[in-house]
Amino acid sequence: MDLDLMISSFPKLLNATLVTLKLLSISLMFGLILGLFFAILRLNKNIFLNKFSYFYSYIFRGTPLLLQIFIIYFGLGQLEFLRSSFLWIILKEPYWCAIIAFSLNTGAYTSEILRSAFETINKGFIEAGNSLGISKKIIFYKIQIPIAIRQSLPAYGNEIILMLKGTSLASTVTLMDLTGVAKYIISTTFKPIEVFIVAGGIYLFMTFIIHNFIRYLEKKYSY
Amino acid sequence: MDLLEFGNTGWGDELFFATLMTVAVSITAMILGFCFALIFTPLKLSKNKFLNFIGNSYTTIIRGVPELLVIYLLFFGGSGAVMFVASIFGYNKYIEINAFLTGSFAIGIISGAYSTEVFRGAIQSIDKGQFEASKVLGLKKPVHFFKVIMPQMLRLAVPNLSNVWQITLKDTSLISVTGLVEIMRQSYIAAGSTRDPLFFYSFAAVLYLLLTFLSMKLINKLEIKYRRGY
Repeated sequence: MDLDLMISSFPKLLNATLVTLKLLSISLMFGLILGLFFAILRLNKNIFLNKFSYFYSYIFRGTPLLLQIFIIYFGLGQLEFLRSSFLWIILKEPYWCAIIAFSLNTGAYTSEILRSAFETINKGFIEAGNSLGISKKIIFYKIQIPIAIRQSLPAYGNEIILMLKGTSLASTVTLMDLTGVAKYIISTTFKPIEVFIVAGGIYLFMTFIIHNFIRYLEKKYSY
Repeated sequence: MDLLEFGNTGWGDELFFATLMTVAVSITAMILGFCFALIFTPLKLSKNKFLNFIGNSYTTIIRGVPELLVIYLLFFGGSGAVMFVASIFGYNKYIEINAFLTGSFAIGIISGAYSTEVFRGAIQSIDKGQFEASKVLGLKKPVHFFKVIMPQMLRLAVPNLSNVWQITLKDTSLISVTGLVEIMRQSYIAAGSTRDPLFFYSFAAVLYLLLTFLSMKLINKLEIKYRRGY
């Protein structure tokens, strides 16, 4: 066991953790918006919108995240009209490609979580709102959304942890996140176990924090 | 479509065999995962604090650390560990472990952690009377486990195991970083030599969707089989 290496690699890995956290928070933010949008589409009675949302989540949940990153990073650059458009400023950066892939991926899972939460809302709440003469908009924002958020907290907590692990794939498109730096140190020192313990410890610590934070929210918003 | 021709000019046969490789790795990993689960589920349910700690550490660490990191650990550390064991027995030459074995083992460990959680949940939701009844009847432990607990556990576990299968199938794409030629790696090679990544990665996506679709059909049949008697 090489303790010196573990101590000397710790600050480097901690620095890389910032990249991981940045990737995670930005992707989760976009993913939540996408998820809410597609969950609402999914509940729509219009067959076309409904199917569109279904295929979106089917495709992104049925293929590996690694493949999605590769399609966006390597694949989209092939399209001439994208290369000449303003989008190319974003798409040529591996950082944004990773974020786009992560957001679309977590958006698909989030839409399923929110959809099932919306579907399990007791119909009585909505009927009560209707009979009190509350407008549909207010019922949606003040009754359906808060209940759906509370219902989906445990599943969403899992999704955050899955996404945290998912950000490690950013290292495959040259980003130096926690896993990227860990791999770099492993391949220069050939001490996989020491590096794994430090990097794995940081990941476990983050998982622990997320887990407990979600638990706290669940308790706070329980009814 | 020329790109997908079978034979020397197209990538059809290569991708076909790569798909078989993905399926082979997934099945091997899933079975290895079951073996891990059979070891760690009793530990997790054990009343002994130390055994319990080992069981919980396994599932917590594997489910909390990125798959890629676990794969790097085994890929870079695997042959070192094997050589260390071999050197104890007096064999000092360089040993390279087969990429298929390391890959399946890595994915197997990951899949095993999820299977363990599924089995634990299933056993815990079996009616307590069943355990008490087999005790009262004086059944031997293996009979109790294989004839009383296992059939009920499987019936409860099959729906969740289908999720584990999906996760395992998608996780196999990660071992492409170690050089094993499965769908992901083969499309990477094809994309590199034809300079047509969009086509090959999209085709790979279709292959994965096909695999998940077909396996869902099969699992649904299994579920019906295990739901008998309800």
